[in-house]
Amino acid sequence: MTAAIEVRAVEKRFGNVSIIRDLNLSVAKGERHAIIGPNGAGKSTTFNLISGHIKPTSGEVKLNGDVISGLQPFEINRRGLSRSFQVTNVFARMSVWENVRCAVLWATGHRYAFWKNVDSLPEVRERTAQILDDIHLTHRRDVPAGLLTYAEQRELEIGITIASGATVVLLDEPTAGMSNAETERAMALIRRLTEGKTLVIVEHDMSVVFGLADRISVLVYGHIIASGTPEEIRRDPKVKEAYLGEEAH
Amino acid sequence: MTTATTSTSNMTGKPAGDGLRFYGVWLIGVISLIVLPMIFSSGGSLTSFSLIGIAIVFALSYNILLGQTGLLSFGHAVHYGLGGFAACHMMNAVVSHGWPIPLPFIPLFGGLGGLMFAVIIGWVMTKRAGTVFAMISLGIGELVASSSLILRSVFGGEAGITTDRTALPKMFGWSFGPQLQVYYLIAFWLVLAAIAMYALTRTPLGRISNAVRDNPERVQFIGYDPHVVRYLAFCFAGFFAGIAGGLAAINFEIANSAYLGAIQSGLVLFSTFIGGTAYFFGPILGAILVTYLQLGLTSVTSVWQLYFGIIFIGIVMFSPGGIAGLLMMHRPLVRAGTLWTVIPSYFVAVVPTVALACGVILTIETVARYSGGEAINLFGIAFNPKSPMTWLSAVVLVFGGAFLARLTWRRIADAWDRAATVARDRGYLA
Repeated sequence: MTAAIEVRAVEKRFGNVSIIRDLNLSVAKGERHAIIGPNGAGKSTTFNLISGHIKPTSGEVKLNGDVISGLQPFEINRRGLSRSFQVTNVFARMSVWENVRCAVLWATGHRYAFWKNVDSLPEVRERTAQILDDIHLTHRRDVPAGLLTYAEQRELEIGITIASGATVVLLDEPTAGMSNAETERAMALIRRLTEGKTLVIVEHDMSVVFGLADRISVLVYGHIIASGTPEEIRRDPKVKEAYLGEEAH
Repeated sequence: MTTATTSTSNMTGKPAGDGLRFYGVWLIGVISLIVLPMIFSSGGSLTSFSLIGIAIVFALSYNILLGQTGLLSFGHAVHYGLGGFAACHMMNAVVSHGWPIPLPFIPLFGGLGGLMFAVIIGWVMTKRAGTVFAMISLGIGELVASSSLILRSVFGGEAGITTDRTALPKMFGWSFGPQLQVYYLIAFWLVLAAIAMYALTRTPLGRISNAVRDNPERVQFIGYDPHVVRYLAFCFAGFFAGIAGGLAAINFEIANSAYLGAIQSGLVLFSTFIGGTAYFFGPILGAILVTYLQLGLTSVTSVWQLYFGIIFIGIVMFSPGGIAGLLMMHRPLVRAGTLWTVIPSYFVAVVPTVALACGVILTIETVARYSGGEAINLFGIAFNPKSPMTWLSAVVLVFGGAFLARLTWRRIADAWDRAATVARDRGYLA
């Protein structure tokens, strides 16, 4: 079976500095995969490389067996990969409803249409309503996204990400800056909304990671030093040394 | 089932009564366009109305770029001007070839002229938004404006291209000689273009344009290429600007280099911004005000541009949402029923604010007319620009007005805070 995401020997340099070196990562279809690692390890850069936000210096990224490295972000998105951002990245002046609806439009095949009334597209309306319901923001539908609370914006961020119905979802620290209660709520949301999808998640909160992920990869200085089930990662001496800061010898 | 229907009516973003109100507003607009010349039938007002109509179409087309897609163009008059030239050439061709195309169809060719240039140049221009786009638009604007003086066969050099609108085939027996008939032609196209441009905002492209304005980066991750979105918006803006140019060509029976120049581009930016870019009707208000001021002020003072500048700076500093933004600020208060608590503070502020404005006007006119010129006539009171009494009045009005006005403005702010808090409590304000 082809992997949902296959990163092979990817390197990213900025000038002389190698941010990512010999990155190899394989995520099976339907798997929940977490990437952990200390600050500055290159977790967000890895997401940027996979989603087309930046292009690898060398190596290749495959989505469902097709090479996607070098494609534009919107081309990758159209192939069924969607991502969220660590820093909230919504359409601030548009309402919550409009934010989600925009994310639904391409996937429902309306593209750049300038001959259709957007309010009278039943499938767009239903899907948008469904997503809003899923992320519990129906009661805030007419509020400009920029005026939402932080936690609500994070939820909207997730809503926009899953709205297209992408089969591969990348979430970049979805619970960053949330309180414990909010984190719990968000994780329940993520678990429910990514049911049956392939999920790659960057997360700092270890309880979240070990509770959610099927597999975990540990990224240190732009290189994956270990990849395996939560149990394997917990026991791995390299991980203990590099990530948890314990001396293994 | 009940929940399903209520949620569906909510989906369009408007409660049921709003649909009626929506069409009501458009209907009132159309009726006033029809009735206006019957109330104000002098030649002067007909000319003014015609110019305002053209300016509205032009400003609305500009807002497709600025307000809806977030593209600041310094060269929008290029499409307006090319539309004007296209219309003039088309009119002359219709006359000389005897084609059966009556005058009311000519603005469409103006639109095609504006569109054609946008289609050709737009892809390169819209690759980047922001400063890059603004600078390229400025360059293209200058390029085309100077070409118009160099390429004589197309643009007619200094003299421009003249035409005779009455020589075209008649329609409904109208020759379009009288200004009244031209006015109705412009009004017809204004309604058509305004409806089309409004409808455009309600399409998938229109919505995604807003998304590109707010966050072009994120748009890429929901499947859209912001470059394509900007390009399409640019083409539509060019088309409607061309229609406005075509209407101008019909109105003046001439197209010349002034149509495409930086002044025209500046004026449309000015109108749109003053009116307010965040609402569809904003540019309409701006175009009406600016055209009216332009026509009115030029006969009163020689330094009318100075006042334009002051108004512009004032809007940018104190009300970046323009007139429309200022008006719409009150909507939550109206809904919450707290507007009446604010209104009295407005009345208190009127007198000192007007005094301040008079002081500024008096100062400007004194400086402008000190070395020659007529006496200043401010609301029927004559002032001699060389008299110390005038200077003293100006100083008193400016400083006294400013001092008192600041106090009253603070009162407005306080009243606003209270009213907004109540509105927030009642859930009408986020």
